[in-house]
Amino acid sequence: MRIPCPICGERDSREFRPKGDITYADRPAAEAGNAAWHSYLHLRDNQPGEIVEIWRHAHGCGAWISVTRNTVSHAVLGAKLLRDRGQDHAG
Amino acid sequence: MRVEGKGRINRDKPLKFTFDGKTYQGFEGDTLASALLANDVALVGRSFKYHRPRGIVTAGSDDPNGLVELSRGPYGAAIPNTRATMQSLYEGLDAKSQNHLGPLGFDLLAVNDLAAPFLSAGFYYKTFMWPRRFWEAVYEPLIRRAAGLGRLSREMEAEPSEKAFAHCDLLVIGAGPAGLTAALVAAEAGADVILVDENTELGGRLWLEDVVIDDRPAQTWVTQIWAKLSAMPNVRIMPRCTVTGAYDGGTYGMIERVGIDHAPSDTIPRECFWRITARAAILATGAVERPIAFADNDRPAIMMAGAMRAYLDRHGVLPARKIALFVSTDQGHRDALALQAAGATIAAVIDPRSDATAFGDYPLYRSAEVVATRGRKRISGITIRDASGKTTDLDIGALGISGGWNPNIHLACHMGARAIWHAEKSCFLAPEGAVPALTYAGSAAGYFSTAECLTSGFAAAIKALSELGLTPPHTPCPIAPPSHERAKPHWVVSGKKRAWIDFANDVTTKDIRLAAQEGYQSVEHMKRYTTQGMAPDQGRSSNTTAIAVLADATGRGIAETGTTTYRPPFVPVSLGAIGAGAQGKGFAPERLTTSHAASVARGAPMVATGLWYRASYFPQNGETTWLQSCNREVGYVRNSVGVVDVSTLGKIAVSGPDAARFLDFVYSNIMSTLPEGRVRYGLMLREDGFVMDDGTCARIGSYDYVITTTTAAAAEVMAHLEFVAQVFCPNWKLSLTSTTEAWAQFAVAGPKAFDLVSGLTTGLLREDLPFMGWVARDVLGVPARIFRISFSGEEGYEIAVPVGYGASLYDALLTRAEAMGGGPYGVEALNVLRLEKGFITHAEINGRVTAGDLGMAGLLSKKKSDFIGRAGAAREGLLDPARPALIGLRPVDDRSKILAGGHLFEADAKPIRESSKGYVSSACFSPTLGHPIALGFFVEGRARHGDQVKMVDHLRGQETLCEICPPVFFDPDGGRMRD
Repeated sequence: MRIPCPICGERDSREFRPKGDITYADRPAAEAGNAAWHSYLHLRDNQPGEIVEIWRHAHGCGAWISVTRNTVSHAVLGAKLLRDRGQDHAG
Repeated sequence: MRVEGKGRINRDKPLKFTFDGKTYQGFEGDTLASALLANDVALVGRSFKYHRPRGIVTAGSDDPNGLVELSRGPYGAAIPNTRATMQSLYEGLDAKSQNHLGPLGFDLLAVNDLAAPFLSAGFYYKTFMWPRRFWEAVYEPLIRRAAGLGRLSREMEAEPSEKAFAHCDLLVIGAGPAGLTAALVAAEAGADVILVDENTELGGRLWLEDVVIDDRPAQTWVTQIWAKLSAMPNVRIMPRCTVTGAYDGGTYGMIERVGIDHAPSDTIPRECFWRITARAAILATGAVERPIAFADNDRPAIMMAGAMRAYLDRHGVLPARKIALFVSTDQGHRDALALQAAGATIAAVIDPRSDATAFGDYPLYRSAEVVATRGRKRISGITIRDASGKTTDLDIGALGISGGWNPNIHLACHMGARAIWHAEKSCFLAPEGAVPALTYAGSAAGYFSTAECLTSGFAAAIKALSELGLTPPHTPCPIAPPSHERAKPHWVVSGKKRAWIDFANDVTTKDIRLAAQEGYQSVEHMKRYTTQGMAPDQGRSSNTTAIAVLADATGRGIAETGTTTYRPPFVPVSLGAIGAGAQGKGFAPERLTTSHAASVARGAPMVATGLWYRASYFPQNGETTWLQSCNREVGYVRNSVGVVDVSTLGKIAVSGPDAARFLDFVYSNIMSTLPEGRVRYGLMLREDGFVMDDGTCARIGSYDYVITTTTAAAAEVMAHLEFVAQVFCPNWKLSLTSTTEAWAQFAVAGPKAFDLVSGLTTGLLREDLPFMGWVARDVLGVPARIFRISFSGEEGYEIAVPVGYGASLYDALLTRAEAMGGGPYGVEALNVLRLEKGFITHAEINGRVTAGDLGMAGLLSKKKSDFIGRAGAAREGLLDPARPALIGLRPVDDRSKILAGGHLFEADAKPIRESSKGYVSSACFSPTLGHPIALGFFVEGRARHGDQVKMVDHLRGQETLCEICPPVFFDPDGGRMRD
């Protein structure tokens, strides 16, 4: 599999480490309540088809990126820097 | 036998080689198979199950029989299952036949062939069921000995292989008429092209065709195109390379035969495994000739008609003087003419087609079949039966077969596509788009005439160029006269005797019919029941015929029966090539501290900690066990002074106006209030509330901090902090830099530690450096940072200098420590010292413990509105007072052992899983206290100090009665390190 790192260009997937579903990038507010935090920490859809995941270019520039890919066809459809989402999720 | 004036061998370069100990001669340009045939060696091996005599069948990588053991002399272990058809001959080549007991010509295990009625498909499951206990003791060892192919030498591999990577716009797989045309067109359009072929020469079957391309003989055309491509800087030509698999993202695996095609040497790698990333690819892998199954069709010197032609035109070899051909293709008739022209007598061409016509002057048996063969170690005669049932016996020396063509579509099906039966062309083809950006051309796409191969290669290149966004060049498509290739598949000759389909695994038409009869009607079930297609050749020559026989046996069509799943690799790949460079430590980096050389010089065993190596202990004269050294080193620290390298701990510089705010967010406790010149212990949680790591944080300046992590978690913490910074705080002004390898850092600990440290610098007073403080000072003239922190419970200092000064500082520290009655200590003593103090490591921070479990609930700040893990840690289950809590343990009897990993039970409980109430995380012998100590976790452990519990280690058979105590065994008030 090849992943297009927004900083380095297209690279072999072995340079990257996956973290999991994109949900993990949308951190709830501190007081969002148990249900929101439970959902954030544990609940994932795990549907076949197009998904967005968090990866890190661990053996490259170190950037955390979101990768859109299709789990059925294995096609990698794009990648973006998570930093560019621009929204602070920290208190 | 060799034919004068034919073939592309170099007759000026004779080569001597041995087969089964006997010396023969071949020529440069021969394969082992062609050289054996030239020497009239027809028998090259014994079959897998029945030990039938077998010979060469094809001239390519699909050959099911010609597997030999290739000796590599002093340069490495012998290579079993080497394909004689692909192995280039070299001077001194030494090969042996496989799978026989006694000489090849008189194999004692050939008795299996007489037992054949009992060895049919599924015989394992039927014959050896009873008595049950005989399976492991008797049957299986017998079968293992009798069945099989090559054997591993079990020697170490001394001849290395390599791996390599390549990238290109267009990968052209196969350099026959279609591949050459495609490569030329793409190259002239400016594409970066890699053209690969598994043979030693480009051209494929064009060397064997009497055809004219662009008004030149095909051979001249190949030579000209080859020269043209070789001169182009954007083309890489790679012969001796077989593409083995198609993978995601345009990645292809490929094995290159490098040194293996030459005399062994220690300077050339044996093989090279390539990973090629191509933006587009063209499958021009051609087709393999399809055999016909008839009675006793496996005798040596029965081979494919096209293979006979290949050996003649490439190597100037005829398999016999008198040859018959059993063919249902026009191509087979043309091959007969070529063999005849080279001096062979064509005894008969037997063609089952009713409309067959002779292409020349040879006896044609129309609407006829071969129904029997004779000859033990090679074929000596055949019986022909015509449509009227009349039989004719002929004496011959070799028999050529051609039952049609099977396109090599394997790579196109490697990503899960199912092949589609094309009724008109009578072959399986790959569905379009089965592998992204892979286009099919030539016979691999079902175009069997040279003219069609050229036009489809051209069309494939134009299609690939449009995908690459390149403009097609003005190069015209090469032209060959059109021809209509007539062929009619002829799968099987009916009869009672065994007719082989899969030579490599000894599977006959009977086995497949039996499988169908017994209910294994799905092609995948039939394959597994009969083992058809599961030999090293993966059924390249036999799969389609097997499917046709199964279709017939089940009354379904071939299309409905379908194929089994195609999986990489297309040809066998040695693990030595895939794992090249990974023997022993391989490419794993070794991280060495600046004290490494000095530690090794002192005889310290170095222990791997992740990628780092750390000194375990420093043995001295008279010490016979590690424990003696460890106890002495603990004594240095408790009584005088010890020195240990702590450079392996992770160090991260956190800088910027938002650094303090960031640290507050990633640590559970508050760091922003830390004054400059001070150090604070901190805990990091995972977002789910469990403890991730612990370490110290030093404030260097108003915007600058240095934090430390444990050695084990350094990379994980860095990745985590980067995640938080990039994803949760993208607008904050801060930077994170790993400085672990920039600093050499040594802990100096013990009652005399200050004396040692102050002697290295000028004017340092004890009050300048209170506990949990740090100063910047010159140490022996080098700018350094001195931290007063302790992981041993003694007065401790950690001196950090730029890494280039580490080795000399370590020398200076040891010299001074030894003069004071102390010395170096290793990680064994480090561990004992921290256990005596109840300090935790990742043995305790095991991913399942909370701050509360560790007795550190106070480090979960209540003042901060948010930090990583705050919400998770507030969950009910993580606050349950009944959770196992950190405890200390000591045995009731000081002579008993406590083992890390042991489980803890109430003293009167039965030691079963259900009643386990805790576990031991770390244990050691404390020389300071004179008895074993341990840390562990026990349900409501903090309320149980003084109670007796039972430690049971079922694995090591240890049971010890212990007393729960506070986790700090030594100097519980901490006065020794603080004051």
